[in-house]
Amino acid sequence: MHEPFPSAAPPIVEIRRVTRRFGDKTALDDISLTVPRGGVFGLIGGNGAGKTTLIKHILGMLKAQSGSVQVFGLDPVQNPVGTLGRIGYLSEDRDLPNWMRVSELMSYTQAFFPNWDAAYAEELREAFDLDGKARIKTLSRGQRARAGLLIALAHRPELLVLDEPSSGLDPVVRRDILGAIIRTIADEGRTVLFSSHLLDEVERVADRVAIIHHGRILLTAPMDEIKETHRRMTLRFGQSLDRPPSLVGALSFEGQGAEWSYICSGESSQLRRAAEAIGATVVGDDTLTLDEIFVSRILS
Amino acid sequence: MQIHISPHDGVPIYQQIVNQIKYLVSSGRLAAGEELPAIRVLAEKLIVNPNTVARAYRELESAGIVEKRRTAGTYVSDQGSPLARRERVKILSGRIDALLAEAQHMGVAVEDVVKLVQQRHAAMQSTRNEE
Repeated sequence: MHEPFPSAAPPIVEIRRVTRRFGDKTALDDISLTVPRGGVFGLIGGNGAGKTTLIKHILGMLKAQSGSVQVFGLDPVQNPVGTLGRIGYLSEDRDLPNWMRVSELMSYTQAFFPNWDAAYAEELREAFDLDGKARIKTLSRGQRARAGLLIALAHRPELLVLDEPSSGLDPVVRRDILGAIIRTIADEGRTVLFSSHLLDEVERVADRVAIIHHGRILLTAPMDEIKETHRRMTLRFGQSLDRPPSLVGALSFEGQGAEWSYICSGESSQLRRAAEAIGATVVGDDTLTLDEIFVSRILS
Repeated sequence: MQIHISPHDGVPIYQQIVNQIKYLVSSGRLAAGEELPAIRVLAEKLIVNPNTVARAYRELESAGIVEKRRTAGTYVSDQGSPLARRERVKILSGRIDALLAEAQHMGVAVEDVVKLVQQRHAAMQSTRNEE
């Protein structure tokens, strides 16, 4: 905890220039992405942006048509044993074997993971209030997500991958999942990669973010840096304007009359100078939520 | 220690933690010598990244509000320090500015605001004495 994340250690995931097409649809378009060791990496994007396709490449479930994917320095398609055994994964559709009981799911999964910690698994089962005798198919949506999370966590993976872990779940289960993310990285050296479109959650728990849109990475940076370099500058002009003058670094604007707000990317001091240069008075200089930054990036 | 994080108001989360702990200390709800929760514990409680809590604690430490002790815990500093006093003046100034702006907007003179502050203080004292 005393070392700032991410550390200088070699990256957990290294994706270089990966392109993936399904028929004539390009799902991933020349994507490069590095996930450093330690910390929480948030992958954000709308529906169909390519988040799940990207995650499937990291898990070796899809082979890169061009470019390369390395996880722990290995190709996950050629070396599934060396990679998958060290990854905990919760899929978006939480595809668990319906016919099994919870206790059977636990012993079945244990067989695949030499590092399975049976005591920890049992602790999680109790914390998540899962009945070992219950069949998976009878579980509620929330309990099913908890069961999926249990088998993703119980072998204490070096990398935890969660695809839209919170979607469609009530606040209590979402809290369990986010709490599990935080506990996972509090154990030194572990890494979490999760995709989400719930940006207030990402803002809370991620320390690094990538925005993916139409199969491309629009922006990837530490969360603090993203927050510091995106601002809402509210400017007042000497007279009423139908359309405000353009401002260096502005992604979008809104307003009327003599007062206009710009969503900008850049440092505060530099944006203030740019505002003065176009003859405006700065009346507001605010940080933005990740949600606002995401929307302005997607639309610009 | 009650802290509430709102991801919707745009203020960075570490800053929200810093502001609220400063407020708790200045208002006496966190007393000198009291121990703050461990980083990991507060991170899990607030559901925020542990590094965010660590950053908030670092800022509070450099502002003289809290101090690390050899036993690895983080404690509220002695409030006699000039930094803490300056911080209290800063917090109050911000609130007074907001009050004065509102009073001006309503057409209430400064003298009347001061009078009202004293009246409220007297009212608060008398209810406190009844307890």
